[in-house]
Amino acid sequence: MTVATKERKLTIARAMAEAIAQEMRIDEKVFVMGEDVGPLGGVFGNTRGLHEEFGSVRVRDTPISETAFMGAAVGAASDGMRPIVELMFVDFFGVCFDAIYNLMAKNTYFSGGETPVPVVLMTSTGGGYSDAGQHSQCLHATFAHLPGMKVVAPSNAYDAKGLMTAAIRDNNPVIFMFHKALQGMGWLGTEKDAIVHVPEEAYEVPIGKAAVVREGSDVTIVGITSGVHHGLKAARVLAERGISAEVVDLRSLVPLDRETVLASVRKTGRLIVVDEDYQSYGMSAEIISSVAEQGVALKAAPQRVAYPDIPIPFTPVMEQWALPSPEKIIAAFEKMQKMETR
Amino acid sequence: MKPSKEQQLWMYEHMLISRYFEESIETIYMEGKTPAFNMAKGPIPGEMHLSNGQEPCAVGVCAHLNASDIVTSTHRPHHVAIAKGVDLDRMTAEIFGKKTGLSGGRGGHMHIFDAAVNFSCSGIIAQGMGPAVGAALSRQMQQKDGVAVAFLGEGAANQGAFHETLNLAAVWKLPVVFVIEDNAWGISVSKSASTAIERNDQRAAAYGMPGHFVPGNDPLAVFEVAGEAIERARRGEGPSLIEIETYRLAGHFMGDAEGYRPEGEKDALFAKDPIPKMRAQLQAQHGWTDSDDAALVTRCHARVDTAIAFARDSAFPAPEEAMEKVFV
Repeated sequence: MTVATKERKLTIARAMAEAIAQEMRIDEKVFVMGEDVGPLGGVFGNTRGLHEEFGSVRVRDTPISETAFMGAAVGAASDGMRPIVELMFVDFFGVCFDAIYNLMAKNTYFSGGETPVPVVLMTSTGGGYSDAGQHSQCLHATFAHLPGMKVVAPSNAYDAKGLMTAAIRDNNPVIFMFHKALQGMGWLGTEKDAIVHVPEEAYEVPIGKAAVVREGSDVTIVGITSGVHHGLKAARVLAERGISAEVVDLRSLVPLDRETVLASVRKTGRLIVVDEDYQSYGMSAEIISSVAEQGVALKAAPQRVAYPDIPIPFTPVMEQWALPSPEKIIAAFEKMQKMETR
Repeated sequence: MKPSKEQQLWMYEHMLISRYFEESIETIYMEGKTPAFNMAKGPIPGEMHLSNGQEPCAVGVCAHLNASDIVTSTHRPHHVAIAKGVDLDRMTAEIFGKKTGLSGGRGGHMHIFDAAVNFSCSGIIAQGMGPAVGAALSRQMQQKDGVAVAFLGEGAANQGAFHETLNLAAVWKLPVVFVIEDNAWGISVSKSASTAIERNDQRAAAYGMPGHFVPGNDPLAVFEVAGEAIERARRGEGPSLIEIETYRLAGHFMGDAEGYRPEGEKDALFAKDPIPKMRAQLQAQHGWTDSDDAALVTRCHARVDTAIAFARDSAFPAPEEAMEKVFV
């Protein structure tokens, strides 16, 4: 006898809001603050419904003062609360980074572990909709590079809910990066594959654990957020050519699940990393060097498909040309094939 | 509100402890740093910002606080930490980089955290203000007693964080008090060269909160003004801003030649040293005798000497302990 499971497809935005609501119901220390998180429900929909249920004390609209409210999140967390704070666009980190990387990330260490800072900082990433270089960046590596913060970035609604629940329950600062094009907001363009079945009950997706989202044997495509979806699309095209691609969704950047990546590359012998963040000094280099350090025998030089080292341009012809895509992943694979046959 | 004799003696005692602590650190800091000054050498390496002369700010405010109240301080934190009741042995060991230090040697003198008395500080100008506002928010949301006090220098009043946090605290009517220790110098740049107005307490008006100015580095006057502001916060009536005219009798940091000071300024400040002034006042108004004073001084020195012995005798952490406590 099989038990029928009712499909309940949610967007990432809905999944995030549901996770937050469920934790707020069981832990009165959890609260949300940020710009437009109240009655508006967040510019990207991830606090929708919370203000109606929990009111303006626990779901607080802030002034446009990121330095003040990021610092306040640190102080509230140090005093026993569990704030979820929104930095509307990750690009805005420039006006408040001291509170993030000097306070949020370091106070645990500087207190010898006696003053934990359980903050969830959720922030939107990514471009593709012509918002130009101050509202389209990913900045994965900027946050992952600096010690003291966990960093997660889901590619679908199931992981979004589970990672948000895990982040709220974690006693450390967690940067929760959500990609605007995966958010399911319609007006930002929506990746349909990000809208998946999400169980109603609360659950955790462990922070620091990657997922093999498609199994394969010829090449490993490692991605995060949008990169995962580009990888899956490329894998489908490659499959038509008889090439079996494995796709790894990192889900977390800190801690980084190097084991899952290594196990996959040991199997396939080929590696392509896809990252919408800037190419140089980034996550793609970290993944490739992690594989190189372990001396994994590769059949071809590893490739990266990442954002070129330029500010993100406005005009669609430039932006779309610069973004990672399934086509670029396929081209990277073809380049590897040429290297092997030479 | 006037301080009682007991409160005055508490303030005087903590000024004595703080001053002797700084003088002791000053001496030990120079061990291994002569004839050539090298900041990395000696039992206390790194930058050292001493608070000699600024004790009235710490004691006048902290006389109104208990362990559950929150204080955030600055890169120059020792006097405030001592007045807030931070564990002196473990704080001293931290300054020496020892395993028994408050964070096991990870933070040092600019990053003093003592969760038991809700004390923390940051080495970044004005960045203790956000956490103080957040702790005040925590108390307000939980309807728990407690006020938060953010100490800052006059230079911090020109930081964005100052203006953002004052506004946020006022908008949310939080139980927080902002205390500016105006020692007139941001390293080598004078307040008049950096600040568009003469007194920062006037900036309170821009955020709809009371602003107070305390002239003359007077601990009793600080006590009165701080008491009013803290009581107001405890009553749930919102934040206040206080600027205290204080004196930095030391350099910005150890090794600072202070060539930027006008001729004679330092002598004039020493002539106004708040500790002899307070002693004279106790003698004039409270029958404080020379033998009372000698006994108290002996006790305060012994307290500091014990802490320094504890720090010197403590072991260093194992280097690889550096990898711990990043996450908990």
